[in-house]
Amino acid sequence: MILLTRKIEFAASHVYHNPNLSPEENRRIFGKCNNPHGHGHNYTLEVTVEGQPDPVTGMVLDLKELKEILEREIMQRMDHRHLNYEVAELAGQIPTCENIARIIWQLLEPKITQGRLHHVRLYESPDLFADCYRNGASAAGKA
Amino acid sequence: MSNALKIELGRRYRFSASHRLHSPHLSAEENCRVFGKCNNPFGHGHNYVLEVSMSGDVDPATGMIANLADLDAFVERQVLEEFDHKSLNEDVSAFREKVPTTENLCMEIFQRLKSFPKAKLERIRVQETANNSFEYAGDNVEGKQR
Repeated sequence: MILLTRKIEFAASHVYHNPNLSPEENRRIFGKCNNPHGHGHNYTLEVTVEGQPDPVTGMVLDLKELKEILEREIMQRMDHRHLNYEVAELAGQIPTCENIARIIWQLLEPKITQGRLHHVRLYESPDLFADCYRNGASAAGKA
Repeated sequence: MSNALKIELGRRYRFSASHRLHSPHLSAEENCRVFGKCNNPFGHGHNYVLEVSMSGDVDPATGMIANLADLDAFVERQVLEEFDHKSLNEDVSAFREKVPTTENLCMEIFQRLKSFPKAKLERIRVQETANNSFEYAGDNVEGKQR
């Protein structure tokens, strides 16, 4: 089996705030991520697809097609957007790396029909990221 | 569907430390042959990158597996305070007896971090230079498979 990874970058803003908690609790739990007008990041997304290369084309899937799926499902939805207010899939959730990575998995998984989605890694900064993968698989070996 | 998915939180930390690869069980010549310039008597240093991966349920109230402030404070206390700007051979008791290769460093750091109370330590990766890195998952299933 081959693992194929494509990387994209998008820029978005967000704020961490839970309306069911008091202002003091929000502040204590989320720190400066709770600043009312939000802030932003350059996110880096790595999408890994698994599969066997097609004997005719030598490809697991056409990279052009993967690029189009990522453009349609992720870039158009999230790039230069406010994740709290403009991404319906995140409504009512705190837009942490963990939650965004899961939403990205759920958006991409049904769209990838050649090969299958293996791993999603979303970096909020070079030092903070979330991995999402099928239970029973492994996130080891990613540098 | 969510139950079929596993989410991990990954965090990177940096520390700089010196070390010397030398085994008291080997002769001077053997040490030199096995460890090469890493055996030079006064040691040398690296800018290490430590990558920590934690798993657990994402708390719906916070969207988090673990609060970063808690994880950062724990890693600072358990590892960085003792390792950063130190000599691994001289300042970390575990390496009085063990050669401070990055393999042994991985195992030592894993032991120090596996008691994090708020999430499960899945694995760690230690990058010694931009060109080499090591992973360790303890007794986790994937560690046994690899």
